[in-house]
Amino acid sequence: MQLTGAEALIKSLEQQGVDSVFGLPGGAILPVYDPLLDSSIRHILVRHEQGAGHMAEGYAMATGRAGVAMVTSGPGATNIVTPIGNAHMDSTPLVVITGQVATGSIGTDAFQECDITGITMGITKHNFLVQSAQEIPRAVAAAFHLATTGRPGPVLIDVPKDVTQSMMDWWYPSTIEEYDLPGYRPEIALDEDAVDRAVQLIAESERPVLYVGGGTLKSNATNELLAFAERTGMPVVTTLMARGAFPDSHEQHLGMPGMHGVYTAVTALQRADLLISLGARFDDRVTGKISAFAAGAKVIHVDIDRAEFNKVRHADVALQSNVGAALRALDAQGATPASMDAWWREIRSWQETYPLVYDEPTLEGPLRPQHVIASIAEKAEPGTIVTSGVGQHQMWAAQFWDFEEPRTWINSGGAGTMGFGVPAAIGAKVGRPDRTVWCIDGDGCFQMTAQELVTARAEGIPIKVAILNNAYLGMVRQWQEMFYEERYSEVYLSADLPDYVKWAEAMGCVGLRATNLKEMDDVIDEANKINDVPVVIDFRTDSSEKVFPMVASGASNDDIIVHPSQQGRAR
Amino acid sequence: MSPEPFLGTTSRTPVRHHILSVLVENKAGVLARIAGLFARRGFNIYSLAVAPAESHARFSRVTIVVDAESAPLEQIVGQLDKLVNVVAITDLAPADAVERELLLATIQTNTANRTSLLDTLANAGAAIVDVDPGAVTVMLAGTPASCDQLERALESFSDVELHRTGRVALPRLGEAAPQ
Repeated sequence: MQLTGAEALIKSLEQQGVDSVFGLPGGAILPVYDPLLDSSIRHILVRHEQGAGHMAEGYAMATGRAGVAMVTSGPGATNIVTPIGNAHMDSTPLVVITGQVATGSIGTDAFQECDITGITMGITKHNFLVQSAQEIPRAVAAAFHLATTGRPGPVLIDVPKDVTQSMMDWWYPSTIEEYDLPGYRPEIALDEDAVDRAVQLIAESERPVLYVGGGTLKSNATNELLAFAERTGMPVVTTLMARGAFPDSHEQHLGMPGMHGVYTAVTALQRADLLISLGARFDDRVTGKISAFAAGAKVIHVDIDRAEFNKVRHADVALQSNVGAALRALDAQGATPASMDAWWREIRSWQETYPLVYDEPTLEGPLRPQHVIASIAEKAEPGTIVTSGVGQHQMWAAQFWDFEEPRTWINSGGAGTMGFGVPAAIGAKVGRPDRTVWCIDGDGCFQMTAQELVTARAEGIPIKVAILNNAYLGMVRQWQEMFYEERYSEVYLSADLPDYVKWAEAMGCVGLRATNLKEMDDVIDEANKINDVPVVIDFRTDSSEKVFPMVASGASNDDIIVHPSQQGRAR
Repeated sequence: MSPEPFLGTTSRTPVRHHILSVLVENKAGVLARIAGLFARRGFNIYSLAVAPAESHARFSRVTIVVDAESAPLEQIVGQLDKLVNVVAITDLAPADAVERELLLATIQTNTANRTSLLDTLANAGAAIVDVDPGAVTVMLAGTPASCDQLERALESFSDVELHRTGRVALPRLGEAAPQ
C-alpha cells in the first residue's frame, strides 16, 4: 500500500493506540494535519504550543500512557521546549512530533527553521530527524518504545515537510529488533547478590524508612509497595512526585519529606539507620544540605537508571530494577527489620508534637489558602485528580490534600514550571474523562497559561480551577520576607488586575469569586454542580501566609522551621 | 606487540584519567550527543578520537580520555550508557591498556638547527615524512607519553606547527577482561 509520509505518520500513531493528540498546526507540519481529518484520533487544538506539551504531560501522568503533542517547526517547536524539559526532569513519557523545513532547506536559515533536535538533545531521552518517508513507522514505533520503557521520558520526532509529502510503501515494525535500537536495553536482570545484601541490611536495621519516589508510580508498583510496607511494618514517606503512591490515610504513612515536608517525614529520614529508596533520586529539595542528610543511614537504592546510583548519595546497595520487581524479590526473601517498637514510639511522638497545621480561618476573610484546599478536598469525590502550578499553592496542595490513589496528583517537580497546572488538568481530563479534575493554582501561575481555558471550553473539557489569589508571586515573597529582610522586589501582582471572574467568562468558563468563609463553601458547592464547562474560582487568600514547615535553601534538614504556633516545643 | 610499561602521568594527561572505548551507531549527530553530554554534566574530555569501527559502516568507535577527577567514572559511564546511540562502553584503566597516538609536526629548518633537530628526531624515534629546502614534516606514532616527550623537545625550535590525533587504545593482552 502506497501512502504519503503524512498518512504513514497518522497511521503509525493509530497503530500505537494513540487516542488523543494535543497540537497546533503550521506550515511545516501542514501535510500531517490533512490525513488527521480522516483519523479516529482526537486532536485538541491548543492556543499555545506550551499548552500542548503540558496537556500531553497531564494526560501521561493521569493514564500512564505516553502523551502525544504535535506542533510545527521554528517557534512552534521552541514553544514546546519547556514542557519537554519538564517531562525530562520528571521522567514523563511523551512523544512530541515537530514539523521541519524540507530536507533541502535544512541549514539555510529557511523560514521557521530551527535545529530542534539540537536544542532538545539535552532534555529528551532521545530524538530523531526523520530522513525519508519509509523511515516514519520505525521512528514512531521506536519513539513510543523509548518513551515508555526503562526510565520513561520525552522523545521528539522531527519530520521535514518533503518527507511527509513523499510516498512510501506502508509497513510497520512488528518486533523490537526492527526498531533498530542496538544501544537500548531497558530490561535489567535483577542482581541476586544485591538482593541478598539488601535483605541483610534490612534485617540489621531498627530505624528503617521507605523513601518512595516517582519511579514507584512510573513502574505501577503501588500494590507491591503496600504489600511490602504492611508485611514489614516500616514507615513510609512519599516525595512530591510520589504523592498518591501510598494512601495518605494509612497509619504507616508519615507524609511528604523535603523542604516543605511534614516534620515527622523529614525527621524520620534524618534519624533513620536505613533508607530504602524506591525510584527516588535524592533531589536537593528532599535532602537539604546533602552532607547533613540522614547521616547515620545506610542506603538501599532501587532505581531503573544506574546513573542515579552514587550520583548524589552513596548507595550501600544499588539495585538496578523497576520498583515492583525489586520489592517482589525482597518480599520473596522475607526481608524483615529488627524490632521497630522504639522507632515507632519516637515517630508517634513527633507526629503528636508537630502535625501539619495552619491558623484558624476567620469568618470574614481573607481566606486561609490551606483551608481552601482542605475544603475543596473534603467536598471532592474519591479519585478526584488534582493538578497544580509551582509555588506556595503547590506545596499546600501536596500537604493538605489527602491522596489515596496513584495518579491522582499531577505537578511539576524537578523543573518547577510555573503555569503547568491548567494545561496539565486539561490533559488529565482528556485521559481520564470519568474523573473530576481540579487544578489548584496560584494567581501568578494562572496568568502564564490561562489561555488554554479557551481550548478547554471549545473542546468540551470541563475542568475546575481554584486560583489561590494572594496578589503575589507568593513563594518568592515568602523568601524575601524570611531571607531578604522583607525587601519585596518585583513580587506584587494585584488581586484585582486581571479580573479573574471576567477573564474566565470571556473564555467561556463559569467565573466565581469567594472572599469569606460563607462564599467559599457556596462556590465550591456550585463548582461541583457544573459538569459541562470549565469553572474558575478566584479565592481571595491571605498574602502573608507562608508555607511551613520549611528548610531554608542549603540548610540541614535538622534545622527545619516549623509553623510559628509550634515553635519552642521540645523536640 | 610487546607490552609497554605504564609510563605514568605527564603534563598533558590528567592525574587520574580513564580511557573509554565507546562503540556508537554511525549516525548523524552522535558525536554532538556525546560532546553535549560531557559539557552539560561537567565531565572533562582530554582527547577524543573517532573512526568507523572494524569494517562495519554501521558503527563507529570513539576513544575518549576522560578526567576521572572531574566526575566519578561510574557517573560518566552511567550517563554515557543512557545515550540511545551508544552501543557498548569499555572502560580501560591506563595500566590495562595499550595506548597509541600519532603526532605530526612541521619544523622550519636552517643550517643552525639542522643537527640538533636530527638528534631530537632520532632520540624520539620520529620519522621524516616530508621535506623541502626550508622545512621538514615529521611523524611519531607512539605512546602518548612519547608524543609528550617529543612535543616538549620540539619546544626549543621556533616555528613548529604540531598536530596530535588524540589516543586510541585496546585492552592489554593477557589481562583480566575490563569491567
